[in-house]
Amino acid sequence: MDTIVSIRPLVAVLVSICAVPLLILSKRSNIRETWTFAAAVAKFLIVLSMLPAILNGSQIVYTLAEVVPGAAIKFRVDPLGMLFALVASSLWIITSAYSIGYMRGLQEHSQTRYFCFFALALSATIGVAFSANLLTLYLFYEMLSLATYPLVTHHQDEEARASGRKYLTYILGTSIGLLLPAMLISYNLAGTLEFARQGFLAGTCSKGLVAMLLVFFIFGFAKAAVMPFHGWLPAAMVAPTPVSALLHAVAVVKVGVFSIVRVLTGVLGTDLLSSLDLGLVICIAASFTIIVASLIALSQDNLKRLLAFSTIGQLSYIVLGVGLLSPKGMTGGILHMAMHAFGKITLFFCAGAIFVATGKRNISEMVGIGKRMPLTMAAFFIASLSIIGLPPTGGFLSKWYLVLGSLEAHQTVILVVLLTSSLLNAAYFMPIVYRAFFNPPDGNAQDTGIQEAPLFCVVPLTVTALISILLFFYPQPFFRLAQMTVRAITGG
Amino acid sequence: MSQHFPALLVTVPLLSALLISIVGWLYKRLCFPIAVAALSVTAYSSVGLLLSVMHEKEILYRLGGWEPPWGIAYRVDHLSALVLVVVSVVGLLNLIATQKSIQEEFPEKTGAFYTLYVLLITGLLGIVVTGDVFNLYVLLEITALTGYGLIAMGEEHAPLASLNYVYMGTIGACFYLLGIGYLYISTGSLNMADIASILPGLYDSRVVLAAFIICMVGVCLKMAFFPLHTWLPNAYTYAPSAVSSLVAPLMTKVMIYVMLRLMLTVFTPVFTFSRVGLSDSMVWLAVIAIAMGAVLALAARDMKRMLTYVIVAEVGYMVGGAWLGNRAGMTGAILHIANDALMTLCVFLAVGNIVYKVKGYAFKDLQGMFRKMPYTMSGLVAGALSMVGVPPTCGFFSKWYLISGGVQAGQYGFVAALIFSSLINVILFFRIIEIGYYEPFGADHGQGSSRVRTAEAPLTMVIPLLIVAGGLVMMGVYTGDIVAHVIAPVVPPALGN
Amino acid sequence: MSNLLSSIVDNYNYLIYIILMMIGLYAMIAKKNLVKKIVGMNVLQTAIILFYVSIGAKKGATIPIIQHGHGEGAHEMGASVIKAAEYINPLPHVLMLTAIVVAVATLGVALALAIKVYDRYQTLEEDEILAQIREK
Repeated sequence: MDTIVSIRPLVAVLVSICAVPLLILSKRSNIRETWTFAAAVAKFLIVLSMLPAILNGSQIVYTLAEVVPGAAIKFRVDPLGMLFALVASSLWIITSAYSIGYMRGLQEHSQTRYFCFFALALSATIGVAFSANLLTLYLFYEMLSLATYPLVTHHQDEEARASGRKYLTYILGTSIGLLLPAMLISYNLAGTLEFARQGFLAGTCSKGLVAMLLVFFIFGFAKAAVMPFHGWLPAAMVAPTPVSALLHAVAVVKVGVFSIVRVLTGVLGTDLLSSLDLGLVICIAASFTIIVASLIALSQDNLKRLLAFSTIGQLSYIVLGVGLLSPKGMTGGILHMAMHAFGKITLFFCAGAIFVATGKRNISEMVGIGKRMPLTMAAFFIASLSIIGLPPTGGFLSKWYLVLGSLEAHQTVILVVLLTSSLLNAAYFMPIVYRAFFNPPDGNAQDTGIQEAPLFCVVPLTVTALISILLFFYPQPFFRLAQMTVRAITGG
Repeated sequence: MSQHFPALLVTVPLLSALLISIVGWLYKRLCFPIAVAALSVTAYSSVGLLLSVMHEKEILYRLGGWEPPWGIAYRVDHLSALVLVVVSVVGLLNLIATQKSIQEEFPEKTGAFYTLYVLLITGLLGIVVTGDVFNLYVLLEITALTGYGLIAMGEEHAPLASLNYVYMGTIGACFYLLGIGYLYISTGSLNMADIASILPGLYDSRVVLAAFIICMVGVCLKMAFFPLHTWLPNAYTYAPSAVSSLVAPLMTKVMIYVMLRLMLTVFTPVFTFSRVGLSDSMVWLAVIAIAMGAVLALAARDMKRMLTYVIVAEVGYMVGGAWLGNRAGMTGAILHIANDALMTLCVFLAVGNIVYKVKGYAFKDLQGMFRKMPYTMSGLVAGALSMVGVPPTCGFFSKWYLISGGVQAGQYGFVAALIFSSLINVILFFRIIEIGYYEPFGADHGQGSSRVRTAEAPLTMVIPLLIVAGGLVMMGVYTGDIVAHVIAPVVPPALGN
Repeated sequence: MSNLLSSIVDNYNYLIYIILMMIGLYAMIAKKNLVKKIVGMNVLQTAIILFYVSIGAKKGATIPIIQHGHGEGAHEMGASVIKAAEYINPLPHVLMLTAIVVAVATLGVALALAIKVYDRYQTLEEDEILAQIREK
């Protein structure tokens, strides 16, 4: 494997940080929005520019500073990181467009602060994607927690305060209480924190210690919302919808599962895990989360909370995929990072569009809304197909590989879990769509004709819905990147 | 010139203090510039000393040309140089940042104030630079006396708090004097290096053991190590904000330096760690200090008091790290001296700015601060993040070394205490941040843009704060260099690992 | 028993200063009047000063002043050997001069603070002051 040294990963991270002063100093909101777009497009292009090298099999590294012996602030771009970075940066462009429509449609306050912290959060996300070792990952993970706090608590009312507390308690509490000790113990055992092909903990410690570290890592990355540390995610739905859409469907939660995948493959190593039969632990935690989250989602009336619980379940698919420790399972899990992102963001965009256009938050109020907002609900329908895992959407591909992976690993119980959860997903999504289109709106419904949300809201959600369909027919480069990752781990 | 840096460090501020007290009678406006000039010279000298020590390993300066052990020697090694830089830079930044606040609080006493200020810095610098144990006592008392005076200038209960500090500080200094008396009886020398060379024959002596313990108790009193900390919360809370931001970062840290000097240079690491047999107990006492500091901080009713209890916990970090007995722990303790000084300065400067504008430091005075004083609050947030231990601020890296040291030494109680303290710090600081961010409710949230005027503190108060906040991140990123070039040479190889 | 007695008699100076120190500490801790605490502080410091001075003493030694004349005779003293055992150790005395100064300075500061406290609270009894503070 070729190693190229280039400053591009660092630039990709810094682009949005540098945009922050420009955002603060913009006198008019249009200028500010332009800077946001410019930063988003620049970030995406820089990430994209590194794609050909990665697809060729090279990796790009850049060391910033050696802060402790054996661990530096260092960037490495490899297929897994590239997949995540592509998803995050491309969706930021779309979310920025959506934010404009949403924030202006509701005339929200403190929009400059919003866009600034959004930029910082995306910097942190790309930083996590391109981390070469656990220290850098931890650094950007914490930066993300802190950058998203003002976004989650944007409305600055009592509800936001309570949710903000919950957010911090779960996320900072686990990262300081579980993740930090695990990281330091690993460092003291192995003397390094660099992500290696088969982890760096092999042979350094007893099975009990590895198991303890495994548990600490999985629950320490509370952003992955593995139960019981999932409570922050529904609470974070008080945020404005673009925040929920990008951060809690794409950036924050994906950072969580991405970090778990990184740690399972790069710190502990799949060989070590399978030799100690610890894959079972991961699968149990993930399956429990999947089933319970889907069941809770069934009972929710608030659309965003339903989507939140759906996200919790879907994230554990990714963890489950890697926990299967089989090549197809891992491919499916990693691919699901991309597929779920596009699908879920569409769903959140729709929820936000409905709120902007009609002020409605609960599903019970959304009967017959398909007549007023056909485009939005059509996108909702496509995206829910992707989440359930039906063709012709991208979600089908990742679920397919997960199923194949569970067969490959001879885990029929997992197969049952996967199929059950798909059924449950259908059970809570399909009624929404059905009632929106085929039931008449109740109450004093005038026939107002088609009255969609502002254009800035509708166009993005259509785009992401179409991408979900596109990914079924042409899942590159995500599929190739996922395969390269798994091939690197299993060695061929 | 540069070979006289060690002497310059002490004589320049000493003479300037005299000059300021005279000028204070005649022409008040000159006091501040003279003080700034004096402290700039010391800052320059200390940085110069650090650079030369990194070159030459150790600098020996004989006062008056007398050879040690008859004369007083100034000995500067990496540890001293690091603490010197910290003391002078913190002193200078604080001087500039608090000028407006001093003008407002004591317009008629500026001469006296600056005299005491510069004398305090002189004392601190002298403590760090000296190589003679009795000289250290004298400078310790210079520092203490000026500190008492400065603290007593505050409002309401300050004189009483300072008087209580006098009592406890004097007991501490007396114990230290007694301890070095015992040491003098057994070794016949007052020069640190000389004592260290004589000591190996005396490892089994009970007198030396008694000397060590008595000295340690005295130093622990001075550095507010739980449970000998009771003077600190009142003294630092009621002191004027300009004084709090001077003494809080420096006094306890320099006392930690004294403890390290005694442990490593005077009593030699072999004696300290193998013969005294107190390492485990000291680490456990540190664990209690950290835990109690955190709990008491939670119970505090205003910002300054909360921060003083955080200082008590931080002292626990450093004492525990030093007594762990391995390289990582000692590195963490030394690194934390510099890091903690910087982050304590950061938070206290921010609080000072708030007190300047709002005239109060209760929690409710923070309402709406993020709108009114955004720069100050960003500085406060930076300091808070460093106290919690979020990378890339420096606080994270000293915690890294301390926890690593704890893991390596098998002292998991210490590790748990550090994690507990970080979590409590999250609660403490986010409580403040919440008040500044959310309240007052409904003021101009919701629809429309806000029209609250920002009533930020003056530039001379904000810019040093932002420099310090930036310094926190820089220190963090450059930890690797600092540890490799400044700290690693000082950690004695006898500590192993 | 005789060992104990002889060790007490031999080291009477150390015992005296320990007792003085304890008296001083007791006064600082147990007395409620602020000035009595200051007195205790002074006793403590004096005890330590006495300790230092006592360790310089030697049996049958004289004061540490070297007699020499003026003029050409002055430098001859350097040639003859000075027996250190004949002179008491001057170093502790010198050190204690400094310590006495420190003690006096501390006393001054403490008394000044006590005056300020009296101005504020109109009393020097610690319990009354605390009661006043609690009332606020």
